[in-house]
Amino acid sequence: MAAIELRGLTKVYPGGVRALDALDLVIPDGEFFALLGPSGCGKTTLLRTIAGLETATGGAVVIGDRDVTGVQPGARDVAMVFQDYALFPHMDVTDNIAYPLRIKKVSKNDRRDKAAEVGARLGLEHLMDRRPGQLSGGQQQRVALARVMATQAQAFLFDEPLSNLDARLRLEARTFLKKLQRELGVTTVFVTHDQAEALAMADRMAVMESGHIRQIGTPAEVFQRPANTFVAGFIGSTPMNLLDGVVRGDTLEVAGCKVAVPAAAEGRLSDGGKIVYGVRPEYMTYSAEPADGALGGKVSIVENLGASHLVTLDVNDVNVQAVVPEGSEPAVGDDGYALPRRDRALVYLDGELV
Amino acid sequence: MAQATSPPETRPEDEAQAPRYSSDAAGLGKARAGAFAAPALLLIAVFLVFPALWVLYLGLTNYRLTGTAAAEPQFVGLDNLLDAVSNPTFWSSTWLTVQFVLGSAVIGQVGLGFAIAWLLRDRRGPLKRVVEGLVILAWILPSAIVSFLWVALLDRDGGTLNALLGLPGFAWLLDHPMLSIIVFNTWRGTAFSMMLYGAALGNVPPSHLESARLAGASGWQQLRDVVFPHIRGHILTNLLLISLWTFNDFSPFLLTAGGPDGKSEVLAVHVYKVALQSGELGYGAAVSTIILLINLVVAVFYLRLLRSKK
Repeated sequence: MAAIELRGLTKVYPGGVRALDALDLVIPDGEFFALLGPSGCGKTTLLRTIAGLETATGGAVVIGDRDVTGVQPGARDVAMVFQDYALFPHMDVTDNIAYPLRIKKVSKNDRRDKAAEVGARLGLEHLMDRRPGQLSGGQQQRVALARVMATQAQAFLFDEPLSNLDARLRLEARTFLKKLQRELGVTTVFVTHDQAEALAMADRMAVMESGHIRQIGTPAEVFQRPANTFVAGFIGSTPMNLLDGVVRGDTLEVAGCKVAVPAAAEGRLSDGGKIVYGVRPEYMTYSAEPADGALGGKVSIVENLGASHLVTLDVNDVNVQAVVPEGSEPAVGDDGYALPRRDRALVYLDGELV
Repeated sequence: MAQATSPPETRPEDEAQAPRYSSDAAGLGKARAGAFAAPALLLIAVFLVFPALWVLYLGLTNYRLTGTAAAEPQFVGLDNLLDAVSNPTFWSSTWLTVQFVLGSAVIGQVGLGFAIAWLLRDRRGPLKRVVEGLVILAWILPSAIVSFLWVALLDRDGGTLNALLGLPGFAWLLDHPMLSIIVFNTWRGTAFSMMLYGAALGNVPPSHLESARLAGASGWQQLRDVVFPHIRGHILTNLLLISLWTFNDFSPFLLTAGGPDGKSEVLAVHVYKVALQSGELGYGAAVSTIILLINLVVAVFYLRLLRSKK
């Protein structure tokens, strides 16, 4: 078990695409760390560079106390679960789990014992003689996890571990993975494009965009205080309201309405400055009656989210969204007022959080 | 709901349409489909099936190219076959053919073809195109031209190879006839295996190779544990085709004419010599029958491997 440290890590592909641009990152021992970002942001390249499947153009990868930048993947003491699980179709479950041990020349009996032990822990004991082709997606994933666990590597790397499972199984697997990681206590880095997955599973996460890390933090920090408008727009199952505004003395003018300056930005804005005002739909209090500091307009769309509704208000030709609990949703065409929570609203100056 | 619970009512309509729209994929019906296939089947019958059967029959006669036996061949039963198996030239030809197949097909073409495909698998750009272009060029040139090139290459006095090696007067085709035709046939036929393995390697999932690399597998272990199991079917199909083609290959004749002194007289050349040069058509047909049987045995062997559980 070991910490992972990246120093100025850079990867430039032939042809000049800069997939990773001088990244610095420390992942402490035992942490469950998510790399999150849209496709093409470099998150998978970063994971593969840690694994050694891609060679870094510059910078260093340190695992534990060892600089492994120039070390072959097989000698880095990391194990990886691939998106397609990469189970060998001609080997049964036991041989698949024991494969890394076979390469390490562990004796046949020890390998079988280890595979049986790890397999039993993941509930695979009755499947040990089957081929991967005879297993369901969820079972294949557990075999891939068992193979990783059997190696007793310093760190685990998961590439989109849940993306090949169907939606229902994905939620189960999410809980299962998080529990397993906690029990094993092995430093684990996983890549995902699904912000909900990252928020749900990770101890800490990095949000990436075009080769850069835009924010590192706990899921709560990233969700509540996105460091910039990119992260603000990317995180959250309902997108954050990001509204252009102007500072007017003690208040902000946003979409033609006067709203209060958020608590965290008080005294740090200059009069007349252009800002972006950000507030999540979940942090709006909706009301049919006018309220001081609320954004008022006509209800244009009501979307059902199950236990709540997402209401879109047309506020002087600007769309403002608010989440309304079930039972009190308005009808399209009603007048409505959305009051931002002052402790949760954010102000961005030049794209960065104030 | 009413429709779903009363399928019998819709049945008669379906049956009424059945004669017009047949259930086969093309909707032709047996008669018309047969009519479309007939011309091709006729050609196959005339040019492939009939000659093969005719050879089987000829093998049972004393038919000759010239003389009385040419005008009135006699039925001699299995005499020709018994003659063949008691003829030492037949056995030496069989043994030379085995060497030729193992050397130039199994080791040469398959081994070299796979090696080139494996080494070029991740390469892009001019090197790959040049290597592939040269290998394929050797394959597509007509045999007559290719054998002339090789005769010129291996010639004792003015040959290119001797000039390159500084060995004037070294008679490759006389001193090493088998080696010469094995290298020649390897050079000539590698392209097919190379292209087949090139396509097969593209089907090996990269994540499987990477998984093996992360486990610390060496190049050989990656081949053994990931690549070969994945392309097993390709390997066997390739071996089957290449073995049969090489077994029946006649082009060594163009280099050595079976000589010197029968040292490169593979079975195809042997049949040509006895049937057309010595005129013993019946005996030649009997040897051809044996070749056919050997081909069948080889094919059955590979097909069994292919079908057996992995």
